[in-house]
Amino acid sequence: MNRMKKGRFGVHGGQYIPETLMNAVIELEEAYDRYKNDKAFNDELTTLLNEYAGRPSRLYYAKRMTKDLGGARIYLKREDLNHTGAHKINNVLGQVLLAKRMGKTRVIAETGAGQHGVATATAAALMDMECEVFMGEEDTKRQALNVYKMRLLGAKVHAVTSGTATLKDAVSETMREWTSRIEDTHYVLGSCMGPHPFPTIVRDFQSVISREIKAQILEKEGRLPDAVLACVGGGSNAIGAFYHFIEDKDVRLIGCEAAGRGIDTAETAATISTGKLGIFHGMKSYFCQDEYGQIAPVYSISAGLDYPGVGPEHANLYDTKRAEYVAVTDDEAVDAFEYLSRMEGIIPAIESAHAVAYAKKLAKTMSKDQIIVVNLSGRGDKDCAAIARYRGEDIYE
Amino acid sequence: MSNISKVFENGKAFIAFVTSGDPSLEITEQLVYAMDEAGADLVELGIPFSDPTAEGPVIQEANIRALSGGVTTDKIFDMVRRIRKRTQIPMVFMTYANVVFSYGTERFIKTAAQIGMDGLILPDIPYEEKDEFRPICEKYGLSFISLIAPTSHDRIRMIAKEADGFVYCVSSLGVTGVRSRITTDVGAMVKLVKEEKDIPCAIGFGISTPEQARAMAAISDGAIVGSAIVKLCGQYGKDCVPYVKEYVEEMKAAVREA
Repeated sequence: MNRMKKGRFGVHGGQYIPETLMNAVIELEEAYDRYKNDKAFNDELTTLLNEYAGRPSRLYYAKRMTKDLGGARIYLKREDLNHTGAHKINNVLGQVLLAKRMGKTRVIAETGAGQHGVATATAAALMDMECEVFMGEEDTKRQALNVYKMRLLGAKVHAVTSGTATLKDAVSETMREWTSRIEDTHYVLGSCMGPHPFPTIVRDFQSVISREIKAQILEKEGRLPDAVLACVGGGSNAIGAFYHFIEDKDVRLIGCEAAGRGIDTAETAATISTGKLGIFHGMKSYFCQDEYGQIAPVYSISAGLDYPGVGPEHANLYDTKRAEYVAVTDDEAVDAFEYLSRMEGIIPAIESAHAVAYAKKLAKTMSKDQIIVVNLSGRGDKDCAAIARYRGEDIYE
Repeated sequence: MSNISKVFENGKAFIAFVTSGDPSLEITEQLVYAMDEAGADLVELGIPFSDPTAEGPVIQEANIRALSGGVTTDKIFDMVRRIRKRTQIPMVFMTYANVVFSYGTERFIKTAAQIGMDGLILPDIPYEEKDEFRPICEKYGLSFISLIAPTSHDRIRMIAKEADGFVYCVSSLGVTGVRSRITTDVGAMVKLVKEEKDIPCAIGFGISTPEQARAMAAISDGAIVGSAIVKLCGQYGKDCVPYVKEYVEEMKAAVREA
């Protein structure tokens, strides 16, 4: 039974993929094992993260928000200030660099909100790789600007019309594409999900976030935070923000899922709140599904959180009660989107606004000497038109 | 040993796939009888899944049609119970891991065996994850069919060694669907399997014409056809049965010549 333990987080994870892809993920695992401790590789990655992506990102004390809420001191980890506007670039630079070392000449990726697609197209341009991005047709409409950006960066964008035409279908279609062309192609998976070794690779590349938070908060406050909050779709920014705090048991780790119109409705994407254990997209984890295992058509205002599953490491952090997962509705997220814009002059991604929304509730229940860190995973420029429409205002992008 | 051994007893086999419930379970039932009469040696009954990641557009759409029609795993089990009153043609389920897992893996496999199914094919379960399904299949006398692909290379021996029933040889890269040409050296894959274990090998993915079926059967023990049949179901809907029957007769004749 030991060979079943590969890439497992408790019962979650594994490699539930067609045989056609097995040698590809084995090759990837071997390459990653070879390069993850390779000095030249890590030096090159660090240089890219610092000089190109603009790391380390700031840990900003949100003074007005803290004062307004009257509770815990709130810090924002400014992943929104990274090049391309989100945390996605951290993982992408690592994976594309790795793909290059593996001799691949072409990268493919799925994208929901378009942030991962833009980041992949960016890294592909930088490292001279061919790039194709699969995006649900519904999302190409919600995030038209990002589609244009990807094309501008030289990527080919495929609008996926199968299924619900959102993120899960984009993942399925990218997997299908990988099955048909493996030799020269690396699949740059954008979240801490999919078959082993992806959840581990993505987590490692994103863990720079918690490594920096830890150093920055120790410098600013001389102690660790009481809680770290992040939004969770597949969960890559959250696992990045949590990872180096997992052993620090006094730090609460709180993942904020997209409840859509509410977890008591069918229009939700809150996987841990409403899903059950299943096998899909290469992994065992929690999924929104019906009693016969058919994957549910999920809904969230946020294209980036509109996914029926969650990464296996989060599923295990939930099982072991090391992390908490809460559900935040569209309404609460939109309120937080507007709140942070007015209060701090920072327009957050609608995904990140889910974490801001819960921080607003949580801070009030905490004392003034306590500390909350909110991972601001991305910036909200891409969402302005959609939020305007949500508020009944029709603007042109 | 399940009925699977009978599949390859009468020369080269023709294996036919249909998506259960496309266009309806009544038609699927009629299709099984018709394909049996037309000479099919094994029927793969697809249990539709919302997100079939190993399928091309033809079978994806069939899955959506079937699910929109209200098909469920339990209703498919009931259909099999009806079918088994009339024919003992070997049959296996082909579906995705979550359909089995969500039903309760043991409950699913036990039921499938009790109602007379002979095997199970799960395209998203590779060798590394088979221990979650294979031992339970063995316990209830169901063959758990292994797949090998053009990318399997050094894995073929390992997979063949533990294969049961027959080995499903995937002819091409990519997902299921009709292809104008099959360029992989599938014969070499089959040879590697046979060197490791004396087990039948059937080739699937991309086969639609009698010429392709004949060529694939010539280098193996049989040909598997899915998308081409499902395409007829999509094209003719509830009137598809005679068209599928005629097609299977033609394909079986081609395989016989191999």
